[in-house]
Amino acid sequence: MRRTYFLPAFLSVAVAALLLPASPASAGLLAPESGGSPNADRIASLYWIIFAIALVVFIVVEGALIYSLVKFRKRKDGVAEQIRGNTKLEIGWTLGAAVILVALAAVTFVKLDGIRTPENSGANGLDLADGVIASSTGPGSELRLPPNGRSLNICVNGQQYVWRYTYDQPDCTKNDFKAVYSYEELVVPTDTTVTLDITAQDVAHSWWVPKLGGKFDAVPGYVNHTWFKIPASKAGTVFTGNCAELCGRGHANMTARVKALRPAEYTAWLAKQKAAIAAANKGAETGRKKFDPTS
Amino acid sequence: MAATVTEPTSPAIPQIVARRVDPPKEQGWTSWFTTTDHKRIGILYMVTTFVFFLMGGVEALMMRLQLGTPDNTLLTPETYNALFTMHGTTMVFLFVVPMMAGFANYFVPLMIGARDMAFPKLNALSYWLLLSGGIVFYASLFFSPPEAGWTMYTPLSSIAYSPTGGVDAWIFLIHLTGISSLIGAINLYATIANMRAPGMGWGRLPLFVWTILTYAVLLILALPVVAAAVTMLLTDRHFGTHFFDPTQGGSPLLWQHLFWFFGHPEVYIMVLPGFGIISEVLPVFARKPIFGYKAIAASTVTIAFLGLLVWAHHMFSTPSPTVVLVFFMLGSFLIAVPTGVKIFNWIATLWRGQIEYTTALLFCVGFIGTFTMGGITGIFLAVFPVDWQLTDTYFVVAHLHYVLMGGAVFGIFAGIYYWFPKITGRMLSEGMGKVSFALMLVGFHVTFLIQHSAGLSGMPRRVYEYSDTGHLVLYNRISTLGSFILALGILVTTINVLRSYKKGPIAGPDPWKGNTLEWFTTSPPPVNNFDVVPRVRSVEPMKDIRRQVARNGAPHEHEPGPGRESLIHS
Repeated sequence: MRRTYFLPAFLSVAVAALLLPASPASAGLLAPESGGSPNADRIASLYWIIFAIALVVFIVVEGALIYSLVKFRKRKDGVAEQIRGNTKLEIGWTLGAAVILVALAAVTFVKLDGIRTPENSGANGLDLADGVIASSTGPGSELRLPPNGRSLNICVNGQQYVWRYTYDQPDCTKNDFKAVYSYEELVVPTDTTVTLDITAQDVAHSWWVPKLGGKFDAVPGYVNHTWFKIPASKAGTVFTGNCAELCGRGHANMTARVKALRPAEYTAWLAKQKAAIAAANKGAETGRKKFDPTS
Repeated sequence: MAATVTEPTSPAIPQIVARRVDPPKEQGWTSWFTTTDHKRIGILYMVTTFVFFLMGGVEALMMRLQLGTPDNTLLTPETYNALFTMHGTTMVFLFVVPMMAGFANYFVPLMIGARDMAFPKLNALSYWLLLSGGIVFYASLFFSPPEAGWTMYTPLSSIAYSPTGGVDAWIFLIHLTGISSLIGAINLYATIANMRAPGMGWGRLPLFVWTILTYAVLLILALPVVAAAVTMLLTDRHFGTHFFDPTQGGSPLLWQHLFWFFGHPEVYIMVLPGFGIISEVLPVFARKPIFGYKAIAASTVTIAFLGLLVWAHHMFSTPSPTVVLVFFMLGSFLIAVPTGVKIFNWIATLWRGQIEYTTALLFCVGFIGTFTMGGITGIFLAVFPVDWQLTDTYFVVAHLHYVLMGGAVFGIFAGIYYWFPKITGRMLSEGMGKVSFALMLVGFHVTFLIQHSAGLSGMPRRVYEYSDTGHLVLYNRISTLGSFILALGILVTTINVLRSYKKGPIAGPDPWKGNTLEWFTTSPPPVNNFDVVPRVRSVEPMKDIRRQVARNGAPHEHEPGPGRESLIHS
C-alpha cells in the first residue's frame, strides 16, 4: 500500500520539524509568519502549541490505522473476531477527545488577551498625547485600547483595488479632507502601538499583513479593529501583505505595505506628506479656477 | 444473536428470492425520461453528477495550470475568477450533494427492503430539477459566468459590482437544485420512516441509511435559509430592495450569516453520507461487525445537530464581538468529539479483523487517513486567533479539500467500487481500481499537503496570480504536479467504469458477502426489487439469511421454511 510509504515520510518530516525550535526558518512552511509585532508572535506560539497536540493526535490515529491494516490483513484460515463494541473504550475515547479540547480552549483563553488587546507603546515610541486619540465605534468588533489608553490610531479604507490610510483623523467614519493620507503603503513609527480602524467603501476586503498579525475583514458599513507594535529593531523594514477577501478582478493585485520608521523619521515623513498634499490641493485648485472661475 | 458466532464457511449460496416477474419493461432511450423507478433515477443522478465532477475537475486543472507559474498570463483574472466560482459551485451543488442523493435513491429502498421510494414521481421531478439547475448554470458560460466565488459575498455579488447575468444564473441554480434536494430529502425521509422491512427497527437500520436520514433532515432545515437568502439577493439585484446594501442601511454581514447558516450544515450534508458508505464497506471487508453501531449512529445525529450551531466559524475575521467568536470556537471544538468517536470506531472495526484489500476497502482507508488530517487542521482553524492568520488562505483551501475530497470523494469512490456490481451486474477491474486508488491518494496529498505551507507563507486564496516570493513557486509547482496525478487516477476509474460496464465479469447477487439487504436480490435488481422481503433480525440481515440457508440446505422459493419466517410484501 502506498499509504505506508507516504505516511512515515510525512511523519518523519513533521517530527523533525517539531524537534527544531519554532525557528523563523519554519515560519511559512509549518507555521504562520510572525516577527513584526507581539500579537503575531503570540498567534504563532499558540499555533505551535496546537501543532504539538495535533501531531500527537495525528501519530496516534494514523499509527493505529496503519498498524491495524498491516497486522490484521487477511490470512489463510484466519477468523475475524466478532466484536460489536466496548462501552468502556468508547466512553474512554469520547472523554479523551473532550479533555484535549478543554485543554486547547484553556490555552486559547490564556493567550487571547495578549493577542486581542493592544499593549502600551514602548519607551522609544512616538510621544502620544493623552486624550488625542478618539476612534470610531461603529457596529462591529469592540475597539480596544492599550492599558494606558494611548495608541496611534489610523483609519484603513479598502477600495477596489487599493488601501487608503488616513493618519490624523479623529473619527474614521467622517471624512476629514485636511487629514494626511497615503495609498497602498502605510507608514508607522516603531515601538509605538498602532491601532487600526478598518472599513471598506465598495465591496468587502480583508486587511492582512502576516508578520503583523491576523487578518481583519474590511466590510462596508462596519468598522473592524486590530493593532500592532513594530519593535525598534525593525526600523526601515517594509512588511507586505495581500488583500485576503475576494474583491473582484484585481483582488490578486491589491497589496498592502507597512513601512516602519523611527518616530523622529515618522514625524518628519508626516510633515512632508502633509506639505505635499497641501501643495497638490493648491495646484488642483489653481487648475480648477483656470477652467471654471466661479468655483 | 450471540456476539461470537462466526460466519459459516460454506460455498457460495444462492439466496435469490426475487424473480423477474412481469416487469413492465421500459424500452428504448426515451424511457429514461419517463422512468419513476428509483434505481434508474439513481443511475441518472450518478451519471449526471459524475459528468459534473469531471467538468469541475477540468476547471480545477485549468486553475492549477495557471498557478504553476508565477505572474502567469495564461488566464485572465475574469476567467480565473469564473473558474473557481464554477468549480466550487459545481462540486458542492452539482456533484457531492446530488451524488449522495443518487446513492441514496438507488440503495436506500434496497437496504430497507422497499420496492421503491415513497413518492416515485416526486423522485423523478427531483432529478429533472437538478439537471435543469446544472444546465441553467452552465449556460452562463455562453454569456458571462459568475465571478464572485461560490459564496457570492455581497456587495461583490450585488448589481453594482457584478452587473452581468452570471450571478443570476447562480441564483437560479441554487433555487433549482435547492428545490430538487428539498423534495428529494422529504422523499427519502418518508421512505425511511415508513417503508422499512418488517423487523427493521431504528436500531437495525443500516448505518448508511442513518446518515441519509440525517442528510435529509439537515437539507430540510438548511435549504430554506439559503433559498431565502438568494431570493433577497435577487430582489436586491433587480427589484430595488436593499437587504445587503450598506449604503441604504442593509448589511453585507447578513448575507454571510444566512449563507453560512446553510453553508456549514451543507458541509455535513456532503460528508455524512460518505461516513455512511464507510460504515457499510469497512465491516464487510474486515469480516467483522461494525464496532459500536449505536455510537456511530448517535454521533451522526450529534454532528448534524452541532453542525447547525457553528456557522460563524467561517466568519472569524469579520467585525464581530469577541463573545460571538468564543461561542463559535467552542461549538466547533464540540463537533470534533463525535467525529473523533467515529474515526476510533472505524479503526476498532478493522481491529482483529481479516482485512480483505479490495479497492472499496482501500478507498475507505484512504478516507479515514485523509479525513483525519482534515479534521486536525480544522482544530487549528477553530481557534479563532489562529484562524485570523489562516482563514482565506491556501491553508483553508487545503483543509476543505482534505475534508471534502478525503471525506466525501473517497467515500463516493468506495461506494462506486462497492456497489457497481449491484448496479450493473458486473465487477469493476480490481487491478485498475487499485492503480486508480494509488494515483488518487498520492496525487491528492501531493496537491494539497503543500497548500498548507503556501497559505502559511501568506498566499491568499482566489488569487489568479502571485509573485515569485519565498518558496511560493516551488509550493505551487508541487501542487500543480499533484493535481495531474490525481486527475490521472480519476481518469483510470472512469475508464474502468466504462469498460467494465460491458466487459466486466458477471458479479452474481452477492459478490462481497455483504451485510445488508441490497445483496439479497439479483444484480442488477428487478424492477420490483424483492418478491419476498425477509424479516430483519439484526443489523446484518444477510448474515442471518446465509446462516439460515446453510442450516436449512437449499433455499425455498416461496415457502417460508421453519426458521425463515419470510413475509410476503406486496
